[in-house]
Order: sequence, then C-alpha cells, then structure tokens
Amino acid sequence: MNPIPLNHFVIFSLFLFSIGLYGALTRRNVIGILMGIELMLNAANINLIAFSRYVSQSPETGQIFAIFVIVLAACAAAIGLAIVLAMYQNRKTVRAEDIHILKW
Amino acid sequence: MAYAYLIPFFPLLAFAVIIFNGKKLQYKSAGIAIGGSLLSAAVSTLVIFETLRGGTYSHSFEWLRVGTFSLNFGILIDPLTAMMLFVVTYVGSLIFIYSVGYMHEDPRFSRFFAYLSLFMASMLGLVLSSHYIQLFIFWELVGLCSYLLIGFWFEKTSAAKAGMKAFITTKIGDVGFLIGILLLFACAGTLQFKDFTPEFLSAKAQTGGALLALAAILIFAGACGKSAQFPLHVWLPDAMEGPTPVSALIHAATMVAAGVYLVARSFVLFSHFPQALAVVAVIGTITAFMAAFIALTATDIKKVLAYSTISQLGYMMAALGLGGFSAGTFHLMTHAFFKALLFLGAGSVIHGTQTQDLREMGGLFPRMKITSLTFLVAALAISGVPPLSGFFSKDEILLTAYESGQNIIFFILLATSFMTAFYMFRLFVLAFLGKPRKKIHAHESPAVMTVPLSILAVFSALIGIPGSPYLNHWFQGFIHGGHSQEIHISLFVIKCSIAAAVSGIALAVIFYRFFPKIPEFLAKVFKPLYLISCNKFWLDELYQWVLIRPFMKISQLLFKFDESIVDGAVNQSAFQTINLSGIKNWFDQHIVDGAVNGVARITQQASRISRKFQTGLIQNYLLMLLLGLLFTMLIGFYR
Repeated sequence: MNPIPLNHFVIFSLFLFSIGLYGALTRRNVIGILMGIELMLNAANINLIAFSRYVSQSPETGQIFAIFVIVLAACAAAIGLAIVLAMYQNRKTVRAEDIHILKW
Repeated sequence: MAYAYLIPFFPLLAFAVIIFNGKKLQYKSAGIAIGGSLLSAAVSTLVIFETLRGGTYSHSFEWLRVGTFSLNFGILIDPLTAMMLFVVTYVGSLIFIYSVGYMHEDPRFSRFFAYLSLFMASMLGLVLSSHYIQLFIFWELVGLCSYLLIGFWFEKTSAAKAGMKAFITTKIGDVGFLIGILLLFACAGTLQFKDFTPEFLSAKAQTGGALLALAAILIFAGACGKSAQFPLHVWLPDAMEGPTPVSALIHAATMVAAGVYLVARSFVLFSHFPQALAVVAVIGTITAFMAAFIALTATDIKKVLAYSTISQLGYMMAALGLGGFSAGTFHLMTHAFFKALLFLGAGSVIHGTQTQDLREMGGLFPRMKITSLTFLVAALAISGVPPLSGFFSKDEILLTAYESGQNIIFFILLATSFMTAFYMFRLFVLAFLGKPRKKIHAHESPAVMTVPLSILAVFSALIGIPGSPYLNHWFQGFIHGGHSQEIHISLFVIKCSIAAAVSGIALAVIFYRFFPKIPEFLAKVFKPLYLISCNKFWLDELYQWVLIRPFMKISQLLFKFDESIVDGAVNQSAFQTINLSGIKNWFDQHIVDGAVNGVARITQQASRISRKFQTGLIQNYLLMLLLGLLFTMLIGFYR
C-alpha cells in the first residue's frame, strides 16, 4: 500500500537539510543564507508530513504543523528580505561579513 | 570774604579739565590754565582790597572728628596771606602767559599747563590754610608738583634724577616738619594758627617750653627743606633741569618762599623762643653767604640764578631769625618779582640762543633789547640799587641785623650783598655785553614772552615803594596788622648797602667787560677759594660719601640679607613643597591611577579574549550552533 518506504523520505529530507545547512554556512550572500534556511525548513516539513503519514494515527496533525511552518517561513523570509533590502539601500552591500554594525 | 574759598578752586578746575582732556584741547589748554589763574587773581584782588581796608577773615569747618578732638580746616586771611596771594596769583599769571611762548614746541604742552594749574591751586591752598595739618597737606602737594615739573623732561636722565633728588631732600625736612607739628600738638593741644597768641604761648611755655622750642626748630627743618636752606639746599640748583618757567614760578618766586612763609606764619611761636630764632638766623646767614659765594663761579646761567635764589632765601630767613618779620616778608615779595623776572629773562635768552652756558653767550644786547633791558632792571633791583625794589627790602634786612647788635651777621650779610651785586653783573656782562664768544643765532622772543617780562620789570622797579621811607613804611605797618612800625633809618646802613651794591657792580663790569684777565689771575692766586666756590663747598660730594654711600651699603647689606635669608627661607619652603608634591605626584600616578588603570587594563585584556567569540559573522554563529548540536548529540549517543 505504501510504494515509497519511510526511509526514503527521511534520507531525502536529510540531504535536503544538509544542502540547506551547507548553503547557510558557506554563502556570503545574505539572500543565499536565507535560501539555505528555507531549504532546511522545507526539509523539516517533509519529515513532518512523512512521519505524520506513516506513524501518526491522525495524519492531519503533521500537515497542519507543516502549514504553520510554511506560514512562519514566509513571514521570516518577508522580514529577512525587508532587512536585506533596507541594508542594501543604506550600505550598498548584501555580503554577510560586511554587515557588522551591531558588533562592537 | 567767604568767596576766598574760590581762589584755589579755579586753578584746580583748570587742572581737572586739562588733565582729562589734554589730547583734545592741545593749545587751548593754555587758555584754560591762564583763565583759571586770572580768575583767581581777580578774586584775590578783591580779597586784598578787603584786607587793605583792615579786614581779616577766618572761617573753618570740621573736616575730621577723632573722639572728642575735631580737626578744623578752613581759611585764614590776614595781611601776610594777602601779600602771598598777591605774589602767587600775579607772578603766577604772568609766568603762565610767558610759558605759552616758552613751551610752544613741547609735545606735552597741555600736560605742562595742567601741572602748573595744580601747582597754583596747591600753593594758593597753602597760603590760605588756617591749620598746620591743612598747610602740611598743601605743602606736600606743592612738593609733588615741584617733582613733576622738575622731571618734566624725564627723557633726560639728569632731569629725572634731579626730580628725585628734590623730592627726597625736601622730604627729609618734611619729616622734621611733621614731627614738629605733632610735638606742637602734644604741647599746645591745638594747631589752628589763630590760637597761637603770645599770651597763649606764655601760658603753655611754663610747662613745656623746651618742647615747644624744639617743635619750632623742627618746623624750621621743614622750611629748610622747602626753602633750600643750608644743609638741605642741594636740590635747588639741580632743580634747574626743569623748564625755565617752572624754575621761575616754583623754584624762585613762590614755592621755595613757602618755607619763609611758614616761618613768618609761625612767627609768634618762633619769636617766643630766642633759641629757635637764633637757629633760623644762623642757618639763614650761612645759607646766604655760602650760596652767594658759589654763585660767583657758576657758569650756567640758570645755576647762577638758582644759587642767587638760595642766597636771597637765606637773607629772608636771617631777617626773620633776627626778629625782622616785616623785613623778611617784604623781601619775600620784592624777591618774588625780580627773581621771576631774572629767570624769565634767562629763559628768554635760552629760548633765543639754545644754550645755557654763560661762556658761550655775549653781545646779546643789540639782538634782544627788551630781554636785556628788563634783565638789567631785575639785576639792579637784586643788587640793591636805589630806588629799585631790592634796595628797600635788602636795606631793611641789613638794618634789622644792624639794630639787633649781631655785628658778625650784619657784616656777613653785607658781604653777601656785595657778592650778589658782583655775580649778577658778572652774569649780565657775560651774557649781554661784549662780543659774541660763539656763533649763535640769537633772536628776540615773541611778544607773549616779552610782555610779561616788561610787566614784571615795572613791578620789580616799583614794588619796593610801599615799604620805602617815602610812603612812611606803609607796607611794614600793613603786614603787622595795622600797627605802625617804628623804623629808624640808619644812614650808616644805607651807605654800607649802597657802597656794597655799587662796588660789586663796578668790579664786575671792570673785571668782565674791560679786563677779563683779572678774574683768571685772581682764580690762580686764590686757588683754594676758587676751588671751594667751583665745587660748591664739596657738599654734594660730602653727602655722597657721608650719607648716600653708607646708605647704599646698608641697603645692599639689607638686600643681601633679604636675598639670602628671607628669600632663601621662602624659596626653600617652595622647594620643599615642590619635592613633597613630587612624591605625592608619584603616589597618585602609580598607586591611585595605577589601581584605576589596572582595573581598566585587566578588563581590556579579558575583553580581548571574549570578543573573539563575537565576530559579528552570522555564519560563525551558525557553525558554532551546529557544532554544539553535534557535540550534544554525540554525548547523547555515547551515553
């Protein structure tokens, strides 16, 4: 009845998370970092839905949780992009290491 | 006669106006000064007429109250004051006018007139004073003016020094004067002039006669300083460094007569004590003779006149000392006119020839007719040729000496009279007659100078008449306050006096006009006498050695003491304070500041490590987060 076993989902989300983590850690561009974070969130979403489908009694729980995460991610992206935009307008850069005005 | 208060007020006002607006007024200041002096002359004339009608006036007001004692200042007008007012305002005004011409090119023209006005105000205040303390205040004020005017050309070192010398020398006498006043107050209990009557003194003399006599002698010390009498006369010849009108007004006619005036004003006091009178007479006689002797060889035209002034003041003092109140005051008045004229004439000569040295002059008569003629009048007057003013006053002094029975004094004064005639005509002949000894462009002075000369010449000639036998010795009666004086004319004295004058004049003319070899010959024969006269009895040198040098030595010693001990102590304490402060500074720097800085440094060092954690790079944080997570997971895995 389940053509695709749960392991595949887990491994797939592991890869997706690792790609996101790598991107977030290595990108110099703030937008790249944001994209990496989105990837990690989506990896988590896949896990949520997969486990809710395979393990939970009521599969809706995981789906609703994923929708929450998507909404939060959209909010985070909106705020993050807004900050980046403001930063670019003021400092003419989107490189993470150049943005250190909060550092002593 | 309360309006007499106005008399010193006008020149004072002129002084105030000129000194504050000198730059703006420039030549107008002379007009203000002359206006002030003429106004006081006008008011003085009213006062004099009032006095001539027999009025005396005294008014006083409380100036200061100390406990129950009140110091009353005011004015006292009697015949003596009236005479002084006459002399000061009339001679003063003429000299003011003359100064316009003499000082015309001076850059401090207006200041000169300010000082002259201040002097005039002080001198008038002095003669109007009714109280010894008040008189002393004005006395010092005229001394100040004298100092300012002697040193008027202070760019010249000699003038500045002469001003200082005059001030200090007279101050020595003034100390005596002040002590005398205080002693007088201690003995008599009052210092108002009008309180000193013969009866009052007789009452006081019973308890403190010797002290009163001492007070009189000390007051005479003040008069000695101001009137340049024997031990303190050295300042007056040096005072000739000042402008010539100043020499005429202050150092010949008025201020130096203040000493004589003081003795005359205190005459009741002096005449009560024969010892005090004797001191006055002896000092006066010595001064008269010595100064005349020095004048014989002086070569500076103003120095001759200066010594002549000293000599004539000695004459007045001698007359007062011998009890001749009217003789002394009469000579004061006549002398003021002819000596002012002599000085102004000399000023005119200096103005015309630009030299003061008699040896460079000569033959000025054709070129300076008015100056020469007026000078001749004054020279005849001072020599005592009848019927000019000097004859009557000098004759009366000789008469006083003769009648007092002091034959030595009489003959010394007679000899002085001879020398006076001689040196005056030596001066006249050398300056005005003969041929010019040096090429000088002599020219007559402007009218503003010659007109006062002419007026003074008229006065010099005629001012003796009121005291002459022709008017029955009217002046002598007047000055004594209306009591007619019995004056016995002595033909012997008159003959002596005329003989001295005429022989002096004749000898001078013969020596210097016709046989110039004779004086040189005499100077060689009587070399010691000549040297004494030339070197002014070595008095300046004596003072230098006996007083000034030791004084300087003492001062230097005190200075050394001051420098090494007093300054040493002060400097040492300062030094120690600096040392102590150094230690405190070190403590502050290293311990107190060290603690504070140390805390700061430790914090800094600690921060340097901790700030490594906070790079500001978002990826670093993220990496650390990851490592932390892995670490936690590892722990969890192996547990």
